[in-house]
Amino acid sequence: MSQLQKLVIGRMFLGILTLFVVSALMFVGIELLPGDLAQQILGQSATESTLAAFRAELGLDQPPHIRYLDWLGGVLHGDFGTSLASGREVSDLLGIRLANTMFLAAYAAVIAVPVAVVLGLLAALWRNTLFDRGVNLTALSAISMPEFFVGYVLILFLSIKAGVFPTLARIDSATSLWDALYRTFLPALTLILVVVAHMMRMTRAAIINVLASPYIEMARLKGVPQWRIIVSHALPNALAPIVNVVALNLAYLIVGVVVVEVVFSYPGLGQLLVDAVSSRDFPVVQAVGLFFAAVYITLNVLADIISIVSNPRLRHGR
Amino acid sequence: MGTLLKSAPPSAIFGLVVLVAVALTGIFAPLIAPYGETEVVGGAYQPWSAAHLLGTDNLGRDMLSRMIFGARNTVGLALLTTALAFSFGAMLGMLAALKGGWLDEVMSRMVDVLMAVPALILALMLLAIVGPSIPNMIGVIAVIYVAPVYRLARAAAMNVVDLDFVEAARLRGERTPWLLWREILPNIWSTLIAEFGVRFCFVFLFIAALSFLGIGIQPPTADWGAMVKENATLISFGDITPLIPAAAIALLTVAINLIVDWMLHRASGLKS
Repeated sequence: MSQLQKLVIGRMFLGILTLFVVSALMFVGIELLPGDLAQQILGQSATESTLAAFRAELGLDQPPHIRYLDWLGGVLHGDFGTSLASGREVSDLLGIRLANTMFLAAYAAVIAVPVAVVLGLLAALWRNTLFDRGVNLTALSAISMPEFFVGYVLILFLSIKAGVFPTLARIDSATSLWDALYRTFLPALTLILVVVAHMMRMTRAAIINVLASPYIEMARLKGVPQWRIIVSHALPNALAPIVNVVALNLAYLIVGVVVVEVVFSYPGLGQLLVDAVSSRDFPVVQAVGLFFAAVYITLNVLADIISIVSNPRLRHGR
Repeated sequence: MGTLLKSAPPSAIFGLVVLVAVALTGIFAPLIAPYGETEVVGGAYQPWSAAHLLGTDNLGRDMLSRMIFGARNTVGLALLTTALAFSFGAMLGMLAALKGGWLDEVMSRMVDVLMAVPALILALMLLAIVGPSIPNMIGVIAVIYVAPVYRLARAAAMNVVDLDFVEAARLRGERTPWLLWREILPNIWSTLIAEFGVRFCFVFLFIAALSFLGIGIQPPTADWGAMVKENATLISFGDITPLIPAAAIALLTVAINLIVDWMLHRASGLKS
C-alpha cells in the first residue's frame, strides 16, 4: 500500500471514529445529568408511576452502554427510534426534510461557488484597487452580520417592498422544480451572501499566496501577459487550495442552513432540529445532530484529503 | 493613551466609539431606559411615537427600553462566556504545554473531537440534554469555545516552555501555578488578547443566533437576538422595527472587528 493510500485511509478512519465519539457524547451527557432525565423533563410534580413509564419508554432502566449499543444497532439498520414528541418513527420524519435541506444547500452552493471563485480571482488580480477594496469591505460586513439579519433585510426589500419573491419558503411534494427554485430563492440568496464572503476572501488569500512565489516573478520578468500568468501559471497551483476552500465553506453552509430555515419557515432538517431541542425530543435531536455532524466531518475530511493529494510536501510532514 | 488614539485610523476610532457607547448604555441601562425591562406600557405593536420612540413590542413593552436593557444582557453574557472560555482554555492549554505526556495527549484529543463538530450543532445537542436556560447556555458555549482557546494557548506556550528562564524557575523549585502564572502567561499574553476580541465576536453572534432560535436567553429577559424573533411578524407589514436589534448586533460586531484589525496591524507593524 502506498503512503498516500495509508494517509487517506487514516483520515477516513479518524473521521468515522469522531462520529462514534460524538454519538456516544449524548448518552454520556444524559448520564451526567443531576438526578435523572425523566425527572428533568417531566418536572418535580410528576408521579412515581408516570416517571417509571417514561423511563421505560426512554430505555433509562437499562445501563447506558447497553442503551448505546441498542441505539447503534438500530441506526445501522436505518432505525433511529421513535420521536418522543409525536410518537412517529424518526426515519419517517427525516425523509422529506433531508431532501429539502439538501436541495436548499445544493441550490446555494451551485451559485455561490463559481461567484466566489471568480470574485476572489479578480480581487487577487486587481489587488489594492478600488474593486478589491470594495469587494473586501462588502465581504467583511457580510461576515459580521448574523444570518437572520441578512435574511430579514432580504425579506423586507425583495419580498415586502418590491413584492418579487414570497416571504415564506413553503414547499411540498406537489411543488414543481421551477416553482421550488422560485420560492426558495430568498433563503438560498441569504446563504449565498454569507458563504460567498468567506469563500471569496479565502480564495483571494490562496491566489495571492501563489502569486508571491518566485516562479511567478520569473514569468512576469519574461514578459508573460498578466492574464496568462494567472491562467496558466498561478491557477494550476492555486487550484488545490481553492478546492480545499470550497469544501470547507460547504461545511460551513450546512450549519448556516439551520438559522436560515427558521427565518423562512422552510420545512428542512434545521427547523426540525430546533423544534426538537426546545421540546427536548432526544431521538430526533440525536439523529439530526448526527447527520449534520456527519456531513460536516465528511466535507472536512474531503478537504484534508484533497490538500494531501494535491500537495506532495504534506505527504512527508512531521 | 492619547498618542495611541491619535495614531488610530478612522475605522478604529469608529469601532471604539460604538464599543464605548454600547458599554455605557449597558452599564447605565436602568438610568437611561424610559421604562422597565419587562414593564407592559400599552397595547402590542404600537407605532413609533413621542412616548415610545421605537413603539412597543408583541406584548406591549417599550422597544427602546428593551433595546437598552438588551445591550446589558446580550453583551454582558457574551463577555462573561468569553471570559470563562478564555480562563479555562488558556489555563488548560498552558498546563498541557508545560506537563506534556499523557495529560497533553488526552486533552488534545478531546479538543479535537469538540472542534470536529460544528459549534452550533454541538451546542444544540448539548442544550437538548441540559435544557435551555441562561446558566446552561453560558456553560455550553464556554465548553465549546474552550477548544480553540486551548489550541492557541498550547501552541503559544509550546514556544515558551523550553526557554531557559522557565527551566531556571523549575530548577529553583517553583510550583506549577507559579510557572503558569508568572513565567508562561506574561509571555503569551499579547497573543491571547488579540484572540479575545475575535472570539468575543463569535460568541456574541452565537448567543444572538441561539436566542433567535428560542433556545438561548429566555424571555422575559430582553435580548437582541430574541427581540428579532418576537417581533418578526412586523416585518411582513413593512415595519423595520424588528430589524433594529439585528442591526445593533451587526454594528457591534463590525465595530469590534475594526478594532481587532487595527490592533493586529499595529502588533505586526511594531514587530517588523
